Amino acid sequence: MRTLNNFTKGIIRENPVLVLVLGTCPTLATSTSVINALGMGVAATVVLLFSNIIISALRNVIPDKVRIPCYIVLIAGLVTAVQMLVKAYAPTLNDSLGIYLPLIVVNCIILGRAEMFASKNKVLASALDGLGMGVGFTLALFLMASVREIFGNGTFCGLEIPFLADNKISILTMAPGGFMVFGLLIACVNRFGKHKPKKSDFSCEGCPQAEVCAKAAGRDAKEAGKDD
Amino acid sequence: MTNLIIILLSAVFINNYVLSKFLGICPFLGVSKKLGSAVGMSLAVIFVMLIATAVTWPIQKFLLDPKDLGYLQTIVFILVIAALVQLVEIVLKRYIPSLHRSLGVYLPLITTNCAVLGVTILNISENYTFIEAMVNSLGSGLGFMLAMVMFSGVRSTIEGSDIPESFRGLPITLIAAAITSLSFMGFGGVIENLFS
Repeated sequence: MRTLNNFTKGIIRENPVLVLVLGTCPTLATSTSVINALGMGVAATVVLLFSNIIISALRNVIPDKVRIPCYIVLIAGLVTAVQMLVKAYAPTLNDSLGIYLPLIVVNCIILGRAEMFASKNKVLASALDGLGMGVGFTLALFLMASVREIFGNGTFCGLEIPFLADNKISILTMAPGGFMVFGLLIACVNRFGKHKPKKSDFSCEGCPQAEVCAKAAGRDAKEAGKDD
Repeated sequence: MTNLIIILLSAVFINNYVLSKFLGICPFLGVSKKLGSAVGMSLAVIFVMLIATAVTWPIQKFLLDPKDLGYLQTIVFILVIAALVQLVEIVLKRYIPSLHRSLGVYLPLITTNCAVLGVTILNISENYTFIEAMVNSLGSGLGFMLAMVMFSGVRSTIEGSDIPESFRGLPITLIAAAITSLSFMGFGGVIENLFS
């Protein structure tokens, strides 16, 4: 039961995009159409699954001090493999994802899960965690892309929808629409989700950089105090 | 020359990294709360973008391309950037401690910033010459700074206003980002026609 929990928590309760708010860049950029979103989701899930498995298997070998560079090299290698597979078997997807495919390397969900989960847990648990987080990421992307494609372009997976195709809200497929739909989705999660809305503006739990970021913000708070 | 100005201006205004390409959203949302930290973060980003381009462009053109190793691009670039950021931090700490005090905290955050990796990869895929690549990096960095500084102003206004409970925190920040991004769309088509 507890092992299964590792898988299910990533889908809704700890959804990486809508609850933990990680990986915002690819979410906003590739959710213009459902096909792109699914492609991005699957590519990231594959990388996440394998990076979690490998890092968890090597967790006793990797020295603590250089763990982040080690993780980055591992993840970069996996991303390159995925990039080559996509180029070979889905060249159109490769063109539409463009730069965001190599940028999976710096997707904070992957590094975050490596640091928070895979480096402390057994292989099977880490694999389930990676898969669950990946599915959660894909679902969130799918949800957002559905809203943006149906209302912004009047299509779903390229199929025209009768009434909406003539009454497009094209701003939704452009950059501002991405921010807006994402904001509205998180507001919905806050309203209907079980957990209370967070007090802080930007959730940093689960971000591998949280410590450094807090230091940056904290130092500024001190400086601001000095000025007063 | 005209070409370079067009690259610079379009990188700042039209293809703004944060507001139209969605690169570097994490620092945009996380560090833009105060003007001081927004400026510090963006200065560090500009600095690292320029150095990263100056190093990765020659690596791609003189090492990876002739040896047919283009597929190693992602691995090599992320490693070079990570090593570079460490090196810059050590050098700054040793020789320019005052600059290190103001930028130091932001440097480790930049290693995994997608804007930096993004600009180095885009410079290659757009087939820019070295000068064009440097100008593009400068423009992208300045665009990042413009977005950060503008947005920190927007956020300080939000802070004091009465917001519905479910929108408090991140959602209203994202809606504000949408409106800021909308205003940047007005620049579309301006730069291309500037010199014709």
